Amino acid sequence: MGRFHRHEDGTVHEHDHGDHDHDHGDHSGYHTGSQRIEVLEAIFAENDNLAALNRRAFDANGIRALNLMSSPGSGKTTILSATLDELAGQFAVGVIEGDIATDLDAAKLAGRGAQISLLNTSEGFGGECHLDAPMVGRALSGLDLPALDLVIIENVGNLVCPAEFDVGEHAKAMVYSVTEGEDKPLKYPVMFRSVDVVLLNKVDLVPHLDADVDTYAARVREVNPTATILPVSARTGAGMDAWFDWLRAFASGRWISEI
Amino acid sequence: MHELSLCQAIAGVVKPHAAGRRVDVVRVRLGALRQVVPETLSFCWTLVRDHHDMPEAELELELVTAAVACRPCGRESDIESRFSVCCPNCGSADVSVVRGEEFLVTSVDVSERV
Repeated sequence: MGRFHRHEDGTVHEHDHGDHDHDHGDHSGYHTGSQRIEVLEAIFAENDNLAALNRRAFDANGIRALNLMSSPGSGKTTILSATLDELAGQFAVGVIEGDIATDLDAAKLAGRGAQISLLNTSEGFGGECHLDAPMVGRALSGLDLPALDLVIIENVGNLVCPAEFDVGEHAKAMVYSVTEGEDKPLKYPVMFRSVDVVLLNKVDLVPHLDADVDTYAARVREVNPTATILPVSARTGAGMDAWFDWLRAFASGRWISEI
Repeated sequence: MHELSLCQAIAGVVKPHAAGRRVDVVRVRLGALRQVVPETLSFCWTLVRDHHDMPEAELELELVTAAVACRPCGRESDIESRFSVCCPNCGSADVSVVRGEEFLVTSVDVSERV
């Protein structure tokens, strides 16, 4: 489907020649009286405008918001459970829990002192594969914002789509488990480049793998030289104190993005 | 992975400009780093356009290759790899993207309905 033309400035141009009937010899107009209108509008503009509104709502309530991303099965919800237990009594935390369907993750997070707003992603700008700003905006109505210090937005497990959507957060973190293989930063550079913090999870399993922690960290560094890399094991608790310290600094406004 | 919903967003951008007129062509500029598959976007557009009352609208994609400016070696280079944005000259990841993140509707062709 489609034809691609390479322009002199390096751009390539696809022209979809489908089942329509325009004159291929005349590219000046596809239809008698056709008029060209310059648009130059970002396709993400609507999402980005709503993300700015979300950010304003967080700021107005003195809240710091973190967008937490990962592939499925990386241990994101387990890390979040331990995090809520640790921060209980120190910070008032809200969680926006994105999931394609089911409330299984929300149930795991209940009873840990945090407000939970569940968001199933079957509707919205992007459907099932990520959270977008309109969805997060709707989820805010499920939280008592004036009572909160920190909102953690647990995104849908996916290394591609969530990286594309600003949802109004102040920082992005991702969980990257060593069982996913050390090549993932090179395969998903957009995601790995977008984040401020990488939690390198399941480091207790490293003795059973072919690569060591330094190799994983080096691969992350290859695409993102400035991210904070925190090796942790949610199962044993190893390294988790460094993550809690980072989050406390973030929640109290002591953390400022280097980007 | 989300090309169908991106097409919905494209239609949403186009509609106010069309203002009820027939849409003949929609031109979209797409950077190589946007993680959008051009063939999938073109296919999804043929599904979405009918629902937005623009069944004749043809999607023209202007694909923009990625380029980075490298801080350590100072060179600006095109990126050939789909998987890495490291400097092709010296291998450093300390780069800024100068091209390849575009995703916008540049223009539309409209005509009066007959």
